Amino acid sequence: MSAKVKLATVWLGGCSGCHMSFLDLDERLIELAAKVELCLSPLVDTKFKDFPDVDVTLVEGAVANVEHVEMLHTIRARSKLVIAFGDCAVSGNITAMRNTFTVDEVMNRAYRETVAVVKGVPVGDDLVPKLLAKVKPLHELVTIDHYLQGCPPSADRIWELVTALLDGRAPKLERRFG
Amino acid sequence: MSVKTLTIDGKMMTGVEGDTVFTVAFHNQVQIPRLCHLGGIPDVGACRMCLVEVEGRSKLSASCMTTIEEGMVVRTDTETLREYRKLLMELLLAEGNHVCSVCVSNGNCELQALAAYLGVDHVRVPYRHPRREVDLSHERFGLDHNRCIACTRCVRTCDEVEGAHVWDMAGRGEKLHLVADLGEPWGDSENCTKCGKCVQVCPTGALFTKGSAVGEMEKDRSFLKYIVYGRERHQWVKKP
Repeated sequence: MSAKVKLATVWLGGCSGCHMSFLDLDERLIELAAKVELCLSPLVDTKFKDFPDVDVTLVEGAVANVEHVEMLHTIRARSKLVIAFGDCAVSGNITAMRNTFTVDEVMNRAYRETVAVVKGVPVGDDLVPKLLAKVKPLHELVTIDHYLQGCPPSADRIWELVTALLDGRAPKLERRFG
Repeated sequence: MSVKTLTIDGKMMTGVEGDTVFTVAFHNQVQIPRLCHLGGIPDVGACRMCLVEVEGRSKLSASCMTTIEEGMVVRTDTETLREYRKLLMELLLAEGNHVCSVCVSNGNCELQALAAYLGVDHVRVPYRHPRREVDLSHERFGLDHNRCIACTRCVRTCDEVEGAHVWDMAGRGEKLHLVADLGEPWGDSENCTKCGKCVQVCPTGALFTKGSAVGEMEKDRSFLKYIVYGRERHQWVKKP
């Protein structure tokens, strides 16, 4: 038997809804587990400290901070196929709605104008990655191999894409946008 | 009235002098993609989606603004046209803030449906994310400038059908936007009859009925059909 396909899923600037939809694969996850090795994912413990070399990476979320930029370039370098997983990854979607405001306005709204335990914008340390001036969809930074639309994409669409990639055929997905 | 014969996508078709290529194609079951065209109100050629190739012309023509000529040869669906329409759609999506997932018209939107039809799976030009307002001053309806594509269906319907002419476009280029009366909040408009026709003809979620949540705004254009065909068929009472 040939080696299992190496799969990773990553959560950048998104709400984790796409990953929840991935979990909605339900009993199909067992079938999937027989075919792939889930190397890295926010859903599982991992033996990898660094991002491993994989066959396919599903990337949820848009690129919103400096850490996401670095991560995305690492993912691209170490993945054979990179999938824009859900609308935030594809278009920026909700995450990019802050782009009509400046980062200062966003930070003030989040930390000064609303109820907070500690008043004031957190600055001066490297604990929290710095926000980019504008949130970007993945393809503005790296080459993307497949785009999976949906907020979130339904489990059926995820299944069709993943099984198509495993079978080495073109996915038969109903055309949709947003 | 003279009859003209032309070829559209290899088929012979006839129309009356003054007919547009779009109309003749439509009556012969050739659907050309469009956003600003709406049967029953005059065309303006705002969206450019209905571009076609006309033999002997170096430029592409908006079929809704091109009147038919004897012997004209038109192609409505070529590789070039498909690519131009796709790019046009991507430019529209990048220009405003069309966030489908939080839109009242999600799932019932002509822009969204056409993007899918044209095979747009991502937008290749950078998103602009302009800062635009939402006008909720009207007692029944809302106007979300973020989702307006400046098709002017509302402008034309309010003017030609309702006869109130509340709407107009103001500004140029990226500043182009819809205004009520002389640029007042919609709720302050003295001309608005609150009929809601503009809301029903809007292809996106830019005009909506207040109280609609995500995906709840479904547009009903039957009144326009009734106005157009009712007169022709002498049906003076709208049947349900």
